[in-house]
Amino acid sequence: MIEVRNLSKRFRDKRRGEIRAVDSITFRCQPGQIYGLLGANGAGKTTTLRMLATILEPTDGTAVVCGYDIVEQPEKVRANVGFLSTATALYPRLTAREMVQYFGRLNGMDDALLKKRVEAIFDRLDMNGFRDRRCDKLSTGMKQKTSIARTLVHDPPVMIFDEPTLGLDIMTARTITAFIRECRDLGKTVIFSTHIMSEVEKLCDVIGIIQDGKLLAEGTLAQLRDQHNEQDLEEIFVKVVAPHYSAAEDH
Amino acid sequence: MSLRNIGIVYRKELTEALRDRRTLISSILIPLLLFPVLAGGVVYSFAEILGEASREPSKIVVLGGADSPDVVADLKNAKNLRVVSATANYVDLISNKKIRAAVDIPPGFQAAVERGEHPAVKIYIFTGDIKSAFGATRIERVFTEYRDAMVRGRLAAQNLPESLMKPFDIRQQNVVSPEKVAGETYGGLIPYLVILMCMTGAMYPAMDLTAGEKERGTMETILSSPIQRTHLVIGKFLLVLTASLATATLSAASMGVSFWALAQLVPPQTEVEGFPMMSMHPETVLAVFVMAVPVAVLFSAVLITISVFAKSYKEAQSYLTPMTFIVLVPAIAAVLPGVELTPKLAVIPILNVSLLCKELVTGTYHWNYIALIFLSTSVYAGIALFLAVKMFQRESVLFSS
Repeated sequence: MIEVRNLSKRFRDKRRGEIRAVDSITFRCQPGQIYGLLGANGAGKTTTLRMLATILEPTDGTAVVCGYDIVEQPEKVRANVGFLSTATALYPRLTAREMVQYFGRLNGMDDALLKKRVEAIFDRLDMNGFRDRRCDKLSTGMKQKTSIARTLVHDPPVMIFDEPTLGLDIMTARTITAFIRECRDLGKTVIFSTHIMSEVEKLCDVIGIIQDGKLLAEGTLAQLRDQHNEQDLEEIFVKVVAPHYSAAEDH
Repeated sequence: MSLRNIGIVYRKELTEALRDRRTLISSILIPLLLFPVLAGGVVYSFAEILGEASREPSKIVVLGGADSPDVVADLKNAKNLRVVSATANYVDLISNKKIRAAVDIPPGFQAAVERGEHPAVKIYIFTGDIKSAFGATRIERVFTEYRDAMVRGRLAAQNLPESLMKPFDIRQQNVVSPEKVAGETYGGLIPYLVILMCMTGAMYPAMDLTAGEKERGTMETILSSPIQRTHLVIGKFLLVLTASLATATLSAASMGVSFWALAQLVPPQTEVEGFPMMSMHPETVLAVFVMAVPVAVLFSAVLITISVFAKSYKEAQSYLTPMTFIVLVPAIAAVLPGVELTPKLAVIPILNVSLLCKELVTGTYHWNYIALIFLSTSVYAGIALFLAVKMFQRESVLFSS
């Protein structure tokens, strides 16, 4: 369960002054559901998810992840979260197995449990063929699987995916989307960000449209279609975002 | 403070470092090769040059002297001098090292001396050229002997004792051990090299573990794990320190072996020519190493703090290169003759350790200074480590894109 309350993040930029990357957003993600954060580049998706993963600290507001406050108990939050993005790379000089074991240990797992867990994950993701190969020698698909194994090793109840398919070929992207669906089916709370409409349509139970750091619309796909009298998600997105987009440009 | 987590980070960083060719070259290969090359190459060839200069007869030119046949004959007969035919452009010949010196005997020199006048002989030399200095000394020796023989003859003619010429003797005698003499002569060089090695060893891993991690995109991965940033930075710092100390240890060991080997190689007569041989006791090497520890801590923490600001390995390199010069200035200052430890200098980082090690190499242990320097360097190192931890908690530094 993720409960986001008036979460805000402001950055200082020498040229542009203060930037409101995330502006007082509030939403809730339930276990067994996929919450999709849909927005254009620079809308505030990554900053929001980084705050939920406690990589960044909010300027105002907070969020509660699995009962832990992201400001007060960041380590506890991280122990309950699996975070995956295209920016979360692998250590090139570690093998796939060492990489996953490292994160298992950092999550406080003992050797016996870790061994069992790593074996189970490597079997399930069909990774045994390259388990002892260094990460810098892996193909893109193998790297993605290793990253997935890394986020799963401590079996976190919450999964955060920040544009996880960005720049990936279709087959690798399908591995990721299948994995996201599997997480939901296992009863995990899943939040993921994207700007790809088809992914949202296929995967998300609840959709939040974000622009200029503000959450402009929220609901299931059916609810959004009803509210905006449109079937096509892209059209709905443009309707919601366009007034703010031009306002932002004029500004 | 979770030692377990720090240990996990440290072990992982160590595994990666040992698989990285660049770290292995900078931390292991360079220190192992530097001292043998330096000691064997530079010092041995210096000994060779001195030896050669002392064996080779000096080519000289005699200007004038046609009416002073005795002294000219003495010059020609001197074993270590070779008189070549007189020529007007002796200045060019000396400048071009065709001859080593020229001696100008004034007209009527021999007759003037016999009349009891006080004529002056001039020796023209190339100041700074060691072979020219040898030549001048040898010419002087011929004239000194000629003068002494003349004085002795005059005294004998007057029935006066020879001791009248020299009513008393003055002798300089070295009272310190050869280790100390050698330490005083080259001692400054050793801490300079050890400090440089501590820096070299820490530099690459410091960049790799901070800016390199940002560049490879693993910073966000590690920050998403439950580890506290303090533990993360301490684990990384310990790896950089290990590399720095490994480099310092290997250089100390390689230095000890090199000097020992050199002492066996260089023939003992070289010492007679005023070239004291370097020899170091194991405890000296150990003492230098102990003093290198806080310096390594200081470097490791400072280098991490600076390179975490960089977005890429290349950017980190451009930040750290000036650091090398900043470190070298105090290290070199300690090598300058006459710079000695004072309470004020004992609190200037790097310079203090450099000066202290210079003393340690000569076998002098100033315990007050040792304590003060160890303490002050440790305080600086602690501050630097604190700053490194603080930098790892600043979003603007970690995500400076």
